[in-house]
Amino acid sequence: MIATARLVAAKDLRIEWRSRVLLWQVVPFGVMALVLSGLALGPTRAGHSSAGPGLFYLVVVLVTLLAVNRSQAIERAAGTRASVATLGLDPAGVFLGKTLALAIELWIIGAVLLAGAVLFLHTALAGSLRAVPSLIATLAALAGAGTLYGALSGESGSATLLPVLALPAFAPLLIAGERAFSAALAGGATGEWWVITLVALVAYLAIGVLLYGVLEET
Amino acid sequence: MTIVELADAVVVSRGFPLLAGVDLSVEAGTLSVIVGANGAGKTSLLRLLAGLEQLAGGRAVVAGVDLARGDRRQLRRRVGWLGHDGSFYDDLSVEENLRFAARALERPTSSVAPALARVGLDARSTTLARRLSAGQRRRLALAWLLVRRAELWLLDEPYASLDDDGRTLLDDLLVDVVASGATVVASAHDPLRTRQASRTLTMAGGRIVGAT
Repeated sequence: MIATARLVAAKDLRIEWRSRVLLWQVVPFGVMALVLSGLALGPTRAGHSSAGPGLFYLVVVLVTLLAVNRSQAIERAAGTRASVATLGLDPAGVFLGKTLALAIELWIIGAVLLAGAVLFLHTALAGSLRAVPSLIATLAALAGAGTLYGALSGESGSATLLPVLALPAFAPLLIAGERAFSAALAGGATGEWWVITLVALVAYLAIGVLLYGVLEET
Repeated sequence: MTIVELADAVVVSRGFPLLAGVDLSVEAGTLSVIVGANGAGKTSLLRLLAGLEQLAGGRAVVAGVDLARGDRRQLRRRVGWLGHDGSFYDDLSVEENLRFAARALERPTSSVAPALARVGLDARSTTLARRLSAGQRRRLALAWLLVRRAELWLLDEPYASLDDDGRTLLDDLLVDVVASGATVVASAHDPLRTRQASRTLTMAGGRIVGAT
Protein backbone atom coordinates (compact mmCIF):
# COMPACT_ATOMS: atom_id res chain seq x y z
CA MET A 1 0.00 0.00 0.00
CA ILE A 2 2.77 2.44 0.92
CA ALA A 3 4.77 1.59 -2.21
CA THR A 4 1.67 2.18 -4.37
CA ALA A 5 0.98 5.46 -2.56
CA ARG A 6 4.52 6.69 -3.24
CA LEU A 7 4.32 5.62 -6.88
CA VAL A 8 0.98 7.35 -7.47
CA ALA A 9 1.96 10.51 -5.56
CA ALA A 10 5.22 10.82 -7.51
CA LYS A 11 3.32 10.31 -10.78
CA ASP A 12 0.68 12.94 -9.97
CA LEU A 13 3.29 15.49 -8.85
CA ARG A 14 5.41 14.87 -11.94
CA ILE A 15 2.36 15.36 -14.17
CA GLU A 16 1.54 18.62 -12.39
CA TRP A 17 5.14 19.77 -12.69
CA ARG A 18 4.94 19.15 -16.44
CA SER A 19 1.48 20.52 -17.15
CA ARG A 20 1.57 23.50 -14.73
CA VAL A 21 -2.24 23.48 -14.68
CA LEU A 22 -2.41 24.42 -11.01
CA LEU A 23 0.30 27.06 -11.36
CA TRP A 24 -1.12 28.85 -14.39
CA GLN A 25 -4.83 28.29 -13.88
CA VAL A 26 -5.74 27.49 -10.28
CA VAL A 27 -3.33 29.81 -8.43
CA PRO A 28 -4.29 32.86 -10.54
CA PHE A 29 -7.95 32.06 -9.92
CA GLY A 30 -7.34 31.95 -6.16
CA VAL A 31 -5.39 35.21 -6.16
CA MET A 32 -8.07 36.92 -8.25
CA ALA A 33 -10.75 35.66 -5.88
CA LEU A 34 -8.82 37.15 -2.95
CA VAL A 35 -8.42 40.48 -4.78
CA LEU A 36 -12.13 40.57 -5.54
CA SER A 37 -12.93 39.68 -1.94
CA GLY A 38 -10.77 42.57 -0.77
CA LEU A 39 -12.47 44.93 -3.23
CA ALA A 40 -15.92 43.73 -2.14
CA LEU A 41 -15.11 44.52 1.48
CA GLY A 42 -14.11 48.05 0.59
CA PRO A 43 -11.21 50.14 1.83
CA THR A 44 -11.86 49.93 5.61
CA ARG A 45 -9.24 47.74 7.25
CA ALA A 46 -11.38 47.05 10.29
CA GLY A 47 -13.92 45.15 8.23
CA HIS A 48 -11.17 43.17 6.54
CA SER A 49 -9.66 41.87 9.77
CA SER A 50 -12.89 40.23 10.93
CA ALA A 51 -13.99 38.90 7.55
CA GLY A 52 -10.52 37.99 6.29
CA PRO A 53 -10.26 34.42 7.67
CA GLY A 54 -13.71 33.46 6.39
CA LEU A 55 -13.09 34.85 2.92
CA PHE A 56 -9.65 33.26 2.86
CA TYR A 57 -11.05 29.82 3.61
CA LEU A 58 -13.90 30.30 1.15
CA VAL A 59 -11.30 30.89 -1.55
CA VAL A 60 -9.31 27.88 -0.28
CA VAL A 61 -12.39 25.67 -0.65
CA LEU A 62 -13.07 26.88 -4.20
CA VAL A 63 -9.45 26.34 -5.15
CA THR A 64 -9.57 22.88 -3.59
CA LEU A 65 -12.52 21.96 -5.82
CA LEU A 66 -10.52 22.92 -8.92
CA ALA A 67 -7.47 21.02 -7.70
CA VAL A 68 -9.53 17.91 -6.93
CA ASN A 69 -11.11 18.06 -10.36
CA ARG A 70 -7.66 18.28 -11.93
CA SER A 71 -6.39 15.37 -9.83
CA GLN A 72 -9.27 13.17 -10.96
CA ALA A 73 -9.06 14.33 -14.59
CA ILE A 74 -5.55 12.86 -14.83
CA GLU A 75 -7.07 9.39 -14.53
CA ARG A 76 -10.04 10.04 -16.80
CA ALA A 77 -8.24 10.52 -20.12
CA ALA A 78 -9.60 8.24 -22.81
CA GLY A 79 -8.32 4.71 -22.33
CA THR A 80 -6.17 5.55 -19.32
CA ARG A 81 -8.70 4.40 -16.76
CA ALA A 82 -9.03 0.91 -18.25
CA SER A 83 -5.30 0.48 -18.79
CA VAL A 84 -4.40 1.63 -15.29
CA ALA A 85 -7.16 -0.57 -13.87
CA THR A 86 -5.42 -3.57 -15.42
CA LEU A 87 -2.27 -2.70 -13.46
CA GLY A 88 -4.20 -3.95 -10.43
CA LEU A 89 -2.91 -1.22 -8.12
CA ASP A 90 -3.95 -1.42 -4.48
CA PRO A 91 -6.88 1.06 -4.27
CA ALA A 92 -5.97 2.08 -0.73
CA GLY A 93 -2.50 2.97 -1.96
CA VAL A 94 -3.94 4.87 -4.92
CA PHE A 95 -6.17 6.86 -2.54
CA LEU A 96 -3.31 7.69 -0.20
CA GLY A 97 -1.01 8.59 -3.09
CA LYS A 98 -3.52 10.89 -4.74
CA THR A 99 -4.35 12.45 -1.36
CA LEU A 100 -0.66 13.05 -0.61
CA ALA A 101 0.00 14.63 -4.01
CA LEU A 102 -3.10 16.81 -3.68
CA ALA A 103 -2.13 17.85 -0.15
CA ILE A 104 1.34 18.89 -1.30
CA GLU A 105 -0.17 20.90 -4.15
CA LEU A 106 -2.68 22.53 -1.79
CA TRP A 107 0.07 23.39 0.72
CA ILE A 108 1.97 25.25 -1.99
CA ILE A 109 -1.17 27.01 -3.23
CA GLY A 110 -2.15 27.73 0.40
CA ALA A 111 1.17 29.49 1.01
CA VAL A 112 0.54 31.76 -1.99
CA LEU A 113 -3.03 32.44 -0.88
CA LEU A 114 -1.95 33.19 2.69
CA ALA A 115 0.44 35.82 1.35
CA GLY A 116 -2.47 37.08 -0.75
CA ALA A 117 -4.64 37.32 2.36
CA VAL A 118 -2.03 39.52 4.03
CA LEU A 119 -1.83 41.73 0.93
CA PHE A 120 -5.44 41.95 -0.17
CA LEU A 121 -7.47 41.15 2.97
CA HIS A 122 -5.01 42.89 5.30
CA THR A 123 -4.77 40.03 7.79
CA ALA A 124 -1.92 40.66 10.24
CA LEU A 125 1.32 39.03 9.15
CA ALA A 126 2.23 37.64 12.60
CA GLY A 127 -1.26 36.21 13.15
CA SER A 128 -1.32 34.75 9.64
CA LEU A 129 1.94 32.97 10.31
CA ARG A 130 0.54 31.58 13.57
CA ALA A 131 -2.32 30.11 11.50
CA VAL A 132 0.06 28.12 9.27
CA PRO A 133 -0.01 24.84 11.29
CA SER A 134 -3.82 24.79 11.31
CA LEU A 135 -3.83 25.64 7.60
CA ILE A 136 -1.53 22.69 6.87
CA ALA A 137 -3.84 20.32 8.76
CA THR A 138 -6.99 21.75 7.17
CA LEU A 139 -5.59 21.48 3.65
CA ALA A 140 -4.54 17.86 4.30
CA ALA A 141 -8.08 17.07 5.46
CA LEU A 142 -9.52 18.84 2.42
CA ALA A 143 -7.21 16.75 0.22
CA GLY A 144 -8.47 13.54 1.82
CA ALA A 145 -12.11 14.53 1.54
CA GLY A 146 -11.61 15.88 -1.97
CA THR A 147 -9.96 12.70 -3.24
CA LEU A 148 -12.76 10.61 -1.75
CA TYR A 149 -15.56 12.74 -3.20
CA GLY A 150 -13.70 13.14 -6.48
CA ALA A 151 -13.84 9.38 -6.94
CA LEU A 152 -17.47 9.36 -5.84
CA SER A 153 -18.41 11.95 -8.46
CA GLY A 154 -17.44 9.42 -11.12
CA GLU A 155 -16.38 9.74 -14.73
CA SER A 156 -19.23 11.82 -16.09
CA GLY A 157 -20.27 15.27 -14.98
CA SER A 158 -17.65 15.48 -12.26
CA ALA A 159 -17.03 19.20 -12.80
CA THR A 160 -20.61 19.94 -11.85
CA LEU A 161 -21.35 17.03 -9.54
CA LEU A 162 -18.20 17.35 -7.44
CA PRO A 163 -19.12 20.67 -5.74
CA VAL A 164 -22.59 19.37 -4.86
CA LEU A 165 -21.12 16.29 -3.21
CA ALA A 166 -18.02 17.80 -1.67
CA LEU A 167 -19.11 21.18 -0.33
CA PRO A 168 -21.21 19.73 2.53
CA ALA A 169 -18.18 17.65 3.54
CA PHE A 170 -15.88 20.65 3.24
CA ALA A 171 -18.12 22.89 5.39
CA PRO A 172 -16.94 21.64 8.83
CA LEU A 173 -13.33 21.98 7.69
CA LEU A 174 -13.99 25.49 6.43
CA ILE A 175 -15.54 26.45 9.78
CA ALA A 176 -12.75 24.88 11.84
CA GLY A 177 -10.07 26.45 9.66
CA GLU A 178 -11.71 29.87 9.82
CA ARG A 179 -12.04 29.71 13.62
CA ALA A 180 -8.42 28.62 14.00
CA PHE A 181 -7.28 31.45 11.71
CA SER A 182 -9.41 34.00 13.60
CA ALA A 183 -8.04 32.74 16.93
CA ALA A 184 -4.49 32.97 15.59
CA LEU A 185 -5.08 36.54 14.44
CA ALA A 186 -6.50 37.40 17.88
CA GLY A 187 -3.53 35.75 19.60
CA GLY A 188 -5.75 33.10 21.22
CA ALA A 189 -5.51 29.31 21.45
CA THR A 190 -6.32 27.30 18.33
CA GLY A 191 -6.16 23.84 19.93
CA GLU A 192 -9.87 22.97 19.96
CA TRP A 193 -10.19 23.69 16.22
CA TRP A 194 -7.10 21.64 15.55
CA VAL A 195 -8.75 18.61 17.14
CA ILE A 196 -11.77 18.88 14.82
CA THR A 197 -9.52 19.15 11.77
CA LEU A 198 -7.32 16.24 12.81
CA VAL A 199 -10.31 14.01 13.61
CA ALA A 200 -11.76 14.84 10.18
CA LEU A 201 -8.40 14.09 8.53
CA VAL A 202 -8.09 10.70 10.22
CA ALA A 203 -11.74 9.88 9.44
CA TYR A 204 -11.42 10.74 5.75
CA LEU A 205 -8.17 8.80 5.43
CA ALA A 206 -9.74 5.75 7.09
CA ILE A 207 -12.89 5.92 4.94
CA GLY A 208 -10.82 6.43 1.80
CA VAL A 209 -8.54 3.48 2.53
CA LEU A 210 -11.56 1.27 3.11
CA LEU A 211 -13.88 2.48 0.32
CA TYR A 212 -11.77 3.87 -2.51
CA GLY A 213 -11.68 0.51 -4.27
CA VAL A 214 -15.47 0.27 -4.19
CA LEU A 215 -15.81 3.82 -5.55
CA GLU A 216 -13.37 3.09 -8.38
CA GLU A 217 -15.41 0.08 -9.43
CA THR A 218 -18.75 1.91 -9.58
CA MET B 1 -4.76 -25.99 -20.91
CA THR B 2 -7.85 -23.81 -21.14
CA ILE B 3 -7.25 -20.19 -20.15
CA VAL B 4 -10.69 -18.81 -21.00
CA GLU B 5 -13.93 -20.66 -20.32
CA LEU B 6 -17.23 -18.80 -20.79
CA ALA B 7 -20.65 -20.42 -20.57
CA ASP B 8 -23.75 -18.34 -21.35
CA ALA B 9 -21.86 -15.24 -20.15
CA VAL B 10 -23.98 -12.11 -19.89
CA VAL B 11 -22.85 -8.50 -19.43
CA VAL B 12 -25.39 -5.75 -18.92
CA SER B 13 -24.85 -1.99 -18.95
CA ARG B 14 -27.68 0.31 -17.81
CA GLY B 15 -30.22 -2.37 -18.60
CA PHE B 16 -28.85 -3.04 -22.08
CA PRO B 17 -27.26 -6.46 -22.72
CA LEU B 18 -23.76 -5.97 -24.15
CA LEU B 19 -23.17 -9.72 -24.14
CA ALA B 20 -26.25 -11.89 -24.42
CA GLY B 21 -24.98 -15.36 -23.60
CA VAL B 22 -21.47 -16.02 -24.87
CA ASP B 23 -20.01 -19.52 -24.95
CA LEU B 24 -16.26 -19.53 -25.51
CA SER B 25 -13.29 -21.71 -24.75
CA VAL B 26 -9.73 -20.56 -25.50
CA GLU B 27 -6.66 -22.75 -25.15
CA ALA B 28 -3.47 -21.26 -23.76
CA GLY B 29 -0.77 -20.37 -26.29
CA THR B 30 -3.19 -19.63 -29.12
CA LEU B 31 -4.21 -16.55 -31.09
CA SER B 32 -7.95 -16.02 -31.47
CA VAL B 33 -9.39 -13.22 -33.56
CA ILE B 34 -12.90 -11.89 -33.07
CA VAL B 35 -14.61 -10.30 -36.04
CA GLY B 36 -18.00 -8.67 -36.29
CA ALA B 37 -19.83 -5.47 -37.12
CA ASN B 38 -19.74 -2.40 -34.91
CA GLY B 39 -21.79 -3.03 -31.79
CA ALA B 40 -21.53 -6.81 -32.14
CA GLY B 41 -20.01 -7.07 -28.65
CA LYS B 42 -16.30 -7.53 -29.46
CA THR B 43 -15.07 -4.83 -27.09
CA SER B 44 -17.46 -5.93 -24.33
CA LEU B 45 -16.21 -9.49 -24.60
CA LEU B 46 -12.58 -8.38 -24.37
CA ARG B 47 -13.40 -6.09 -21.43
CA LEU B 48 -15.10 -8.99 -19.65
CA LEU B 49 -12.02 -11.15 -20.18
CA ALA B 50 -9.86 -8.32 -18.79
CA GLY B 51 -11.97 -8.08 -15.63
CA LEU B 52 -13.19 -4.63 -16.62
CA GLU B 53 -16.86 -5.60 -16.88
CA GLN B 54 -19.07 -7.20 -14.28
CA LEU B 55 -20.44 -10.61 -15.15
CA ALA B 56 -24.24 -10.37 -14.87
CA GLY B 57 -25.07 -13.97 -15.65
CA GLY B 58 -23.64 -17.29 -16.73
CA ARG B 59 -20.17 -18.54 -15.92
CA ALA B 60 -16.75 -17.08 -16.73
CA VAL B 61 -13.37 -18.40 -15.64
CA VAL B 62 -10.35 -16.49 -16.99
CA ALA B 63 -6.76 -17.43 -16.11
CA GLY B 64 -8.11 -19.47 -13.23
CA VAL B 65 -10.18 -16.61 -11.79
CA ASP B 66 -13.92 -17.20 -11.50
CA LEU B 67 -15.38 -13.81 -12.47
CA ALA B 68 -18.63 -14.53 -10.65
CA ARG B 69 -16.86 -14.96 -7.31
CA GLY B 70 -13.17 -14.10 -7.58
CA ASP B 71 -11.34 -10.82 -7.20
CA ARG B 72 -11.32 -9.14 -10.62
CA ARG B 73 -8.23 -7.14 -9.58
CA GLN B 74 -6.34 -10.39 -9.25
CA LEU B 75 -7.22 -11.17 -12.88
CA ARG B 76 -6.38 -7.67 -14.16
CA ARG B 77 -2.77 -7.97 -13.06
CA ARG B 78 -2.42 -11.03 -15.29
CA VAL B 79 -3.83 -9.63 -18.52
CA GLY B 80 -2.49 -7.12 -20.98
CA TRP B 81 -5.19 -4.76 -22.24
CA LEU B 82 -4.98 -2.67 -25.39
CA GLY B 83 -8.07 -0.53 -25.84
CA HIS B 84 -9.27 1.78 -28.60
CA ASP B 85 -7.61 4.85 -27.09
CA GLY B 86 -4.28 5.65 -25.54
CA SER B 87 -3.33 3.70 -22.48
CA PHE B 88 -1.14 6.14 -20.64
CA TYR B 89 -0.62 9.55 -19.08
CA ASP B 90 -0.27 12.32 -21.66
CA ASP B 91 1.96 14.52 -19.49
CA LEU B 92 4.49 11.79 -18.80
CA SER B 93 7.19 10.92 -21.31
CA VAL B 94 7.19 7.65 -23.22
CA GLU B 95 9.80 6.19 -20.87
CA GLU B 96 8.13 7.52 -17.71
CA ASN B 97 4.86 5.88 -18.70
CA LEU B 98 6.55 2.52 -19.10
CA ARG B 99 8.52 2.91 -15.88
CA PHE B 100 5.27 3.65 -14.05
CA ALA B 101 3.67 0.50 -15.46
CA ALA B 102 6.77 -1.59 -14.64
CA ARG B 103 6.90 -0.36 -11.05
CA ALA B 104 3.15 -0.83 -10.59
CA LEU B 105 3.48 -4.44 -11.72
CA GLU B 106 6.73 -4.98 -9.78
CA ARG B 107 8.54 -5.71 -13.03
CA PRO B 108 12.19 -4.65 -13.48
CA THR B 109 12.49 -1.20 -15.04
CA SER B 110 15.33 -2.65 -17.11
CA SER B 111 12.60 -4.13 -19.32
CA VAL B 112 11.62 -0.63 -20.51
CA ALA B 113 14.48 0.03 -22.94
CA PRO B 114 14.16 -3.32 -24.81
CA ALA B 115 10.39 -2.80 -25.10
CA LEU B 116 10.89 0.65 -26.62
CA ALA B 117 13.48 -0.70 -29.04
CA ARG B 118 11.16 -3.53 -30.08
CA VAL B 119 8.37 -1.13 -31.07
CA GLY B 120 10.73 1.42 -32.65
CA LEU B 121 10.22 4.15 -30.09
CA ASP B 122 13.68 4.16 -28.53
CA ALA B 123 14.46 7.51 -30.16
CA ARG B 124 11.29 8.98 -28.63
CA SER B 125 11.82 7.87 -25.05
CA THR B 126 11.85 11.43 -23.65
CA THR B 127 8.92 12.67 -25.76
CA LEU B 128 5.71 13.44 -23.88
CA ALA B 129 2.96 10.98 -24.75
CA ARG B 130 0.68 13.85 -25.82
CA ARG B 131 3.15 14.78 -28.57
CA LEU B 132 3.09 11.35 -30.22
CA SER B 133 1.18 10.68 -33.42
CA ALA B 134 -1.72 8.22 -33.34
CA GLY B 135 0.49 5.46 -34.72
CA GLN B 136 3.26 6.20 -32.23
CA ARG B 137 0.73 6.13 -29.40
CA ARG B 138 -0.31 2.70 -30.59
CA ARG B 139 3.32 1.60 -30.54
CA LEU B 140 3.66 2.96 -26.99
CA ALA B 141 0.61 0.91 -26.00
CA LEU B 142 2.31 -2.17 -27.44
CA ALA B 143 5.49 -1.39 -25.49
CA TRP B 144 3.32 -1.09 -22.36
CA LEU B 145 2.12 -4.65 -23.08
CA LEU B 146 5.66 -5.90 -23.59
CA VAL B 147 6.71 -4.50 -20.21
CA ARG B 148 3.73 -6.23 -18.61
CA ARG B 149 4.66 -9.70 -19.88
CA ALA B 150 1.04 -10.75 -19.44
CA GLU B 151 -0.08 -14.33 -19.90
CA LEU B 152 -3.27 -13.22 -21.67
CA TRP B 153 -3.17 -10.40 -24.23
CA LEU B 154 -6.50 -8.75 -25.01
CA LEU B 155 -6.25 -6.44 -28.00
CA ASP B 156 -9.15 -4.31 -29.20
CA GLU B 157 -8.61 -3.34 -32.84
CA PRO B 158 -4.81 -3.48 -32.43
CA TYR B 159 -4.11 -2.54 -36.06
CA ALA B 160 -5.96 0.76 -35.81
CA SER B 161 -3.75 3.79 -36.60
CA LEU B 162 -0.73 1.65 -37.48
CA ASP B 163 1.06 2.12 -40.81
CA ASP B 164 2.31 -0.82 -42.86
CA ASP B 165 5.54 -1.05 -40.85
CA GLY B 166 3.56 -0.93 -37.65
CA ARG B 167 1.21 -3.66 -38.81
CA THR B 168 4.11 -5.90 -39.75
CA LEU B 169 5.71 -5.15 -36.39
CA LEU B 170 2.51 -6.18 -34.64
CA ASP B 171 2.20 -9.36 -36.71
CA ASP B 172 5.76 -10.36 -35.77
CA LEU B 173 5.14 -9.43 -32.16
CA LEU B 174 2.03 -11.58 -31.92
CA VAL B 175 3.87 -14.56 -33.41
CA ASP B 176 6.58 -14.15 -30.77
CA VAL B 177 4.07 -13.69 -27.96
CA VAL B 178 2.20 -16.86 -28.86
CA ALA B 179 5.47 -18.75 -29.32
CA SER B 180 6.46 -17.73 -25.79
CA GLY B 181 3.34 -19.46 -24.45
CA ALA B 182 1.10 -16.45 -23.93
CA THR B 183 -2.44 -16.31 -25.28
CA VAL B 184 -3.81 -13.59 -27.53
CA VAL B 185 -7.45 -12.68 -28.11
CA ALA B 186 -7.86 -9.77 -30.52
CA SER B 187 -10.69 -8.06 -32.32
CA ALA B 188 -10.06 -7.03 -35.90
CA HIS B 189 -11.86 -5.71 -38.95
CA ASP B 190 -9.20 -6.57 -41.50
CA PRO B 191 -9.68 -10.21 -42.62
CA LEU B 192 -6.16 -10.32 -44.09
CA ARG B 193 -4.76 -9.96 -40.63
CA THR B 194 -6.68 -12.95 -39.30
CA ARG B 195 -4.65 -15.45 -41.32
CA GLN B 196 -2.14 -16.01 -38.56
CA ALA B 197 -4.92 -16.71 -36.07
CA SER B 198 -5.47 -20.17 -34.60
CA ARG B 199 -9.14 -19.51 -35.14
CA THR B 200 -11.56 -16.76 -36.02
CA LEU B 201 -14.72 -16.11 -34.03
CA THR B 202 -17.62 -14.14 -35.48
CA MET B 203 -19.81 -12.06 -33.17
CA ALA B 204 -23.27 -10.56 -33.75
CA GLY B 205 -25.84 -9.25 -31.32
CA GLY B 206 -23.70 -9.91 -28.25
CA ARG B 207 -23.17 -13.58 -29.09
CA ILE B 208 -20.60 -15.70 -30.88
CA VAL B 209 -22.37 -16.88 -34.00
CA GLY B 210 -19.56 -18.62 -35.83
CA ALA B 211 -16.07 -20.06 -35.45
CA THR B 212 -13.57 -21.28 -38.03
